[in-house]
Amino acid sequence: MKPGEQTNQKDENKNTVNTNTSGAFSNNDSSTWEPRVVAFCCHYCAYSAADLAGSMRLEYSPNVRIIRILCTGKIDTLHILRAFEDGADAVYVAGCEEGSCHFLEGNLRAKKKVVQAKKLLKEVGIEPERLEMFNISASNSVLFARAADEMTERARQLGPNPLNKVS
Amino acid sequence: MIIAERKAFNQIWDSTKELHKVLILGCGTCVAVCQAGGEKEVGLLASELRMKSHLEGKEIIFGEATIERQCDREFFDSIKDKAKEYDAILSMACGAGVQYSAEVLEPVRCIPALNTRFIGVTEQEGHWAERCRACGNCVLSDYGGICPMTICAKSLFNGPCGGSRNGKCEAGQEKDCAWVLIYNRLKKQNRLDTMQNLAIKVKDYSTQTHPGRLINEAYVKPEPEEKSGKQPSQASL
Repeated sequence: MKPGEQTNQKDENKNTVNTNTSGAFSNNDSSTWEPRVVAFCCHYCAYSAADLAGSMRLEYSPNVRIIRILCTGKIDTLHILRAFEDGADAVYVAGCEEGSCHFLEGNLRAKKKVVQAKKLLKEVGIEPERLEMFNISASNSVLFARAADEMTERARQLGPNPLNKVS
Repeated sequence: MIIAERKAFNQIWDSTKELHKVLILGCGTCVAVCQAGGEKEVGLLASELRMKSHLEGKEIIFGEATIERQCDREFFDSIKDKAKEYDAILSMACGAGVQYSAEVLEPVRCIPALNTRFIGVTEQEGHWAERCRACGNCVLSDYGGICPMTICAKSLFNGPCGGSRNGKCEAGQEKDCAWVLIYNRLKKQNRLDTMQNLAIKVKDYSTQTHPGRLINEAYVKPEPEEKSGKQPSQASL
């Protein structure tokens, strides 16, 4: 699940045709299915909160795969869609609390991107509830653990990513 | 710049779902700036279509490419050969770009993914507004730089109607009355006296014939020499 990878490949030559379909949509065995949750976490807050959660020995869902980013402002709608294309059952973006972004308004930009991605997912036929934006400060490890659990639980309720169910 | 918006996803899906191989072709100029058909939007649409296609149990290949401009022949060179491998081109350009793609990449079918809206400006991030109707006979200097053809909902050229209320138009309270804007601008320029002339001004609509065509005088082919009368006369032979 490296959404950035494919984008970078395409960027190498703007005018060449990219037919990369990434070989995603793997099927899951329903008996052993466990949700796969991707979390895009800001280096300055949510990622630090995850670090702190570890230091504090807080227990949270092991289904979450964290991708550290410099700022949630770096998140593109395409990164989110690619995560779903590659089989994520739920995705969340965790940025700083509003008003305390290290880069002033990166988290506000991410909020807009998440809204856009939700709309696009709905158009396609994927539940927009599989995607969420959280604002977690670096000291709020409890909230980080709660967000991880909430998104995992949400994915469990909704079942596997519909793209994984289709053969 | 030309402002466009993407068509509804279902409409795009309906026009591509029976095909096997579709090239989504972005345009890197106007529609990239108005976030409708640039490289990023090509990526998003391709991702959506791939997911939809998979959910519907179809195996459609969606290629992605973006060229600098779809209204200039030379920029097609990089994708011309590749385009032949596709059933159709889903063009994310304005109407001019779609038509030119269909012409340059003939006989490959071209499908528009955008609706072209107007010639406009960026008022703020994500907000665009119409400013020009391309009438071919610009009179902005007389109207304080505000186009009555474009900004007035009724395109009134010689003065306001009676529907202006508090600077807003009767056709919609969100629309400014162009004639109030013109009055205020001319007032700031100390040119209110010129307003009276606007009432009797006659607009030349002859420039609005379609399709428009323009050739720079430097590119006009010279007339053949035999017509210039330089041939020797019969008597001198």
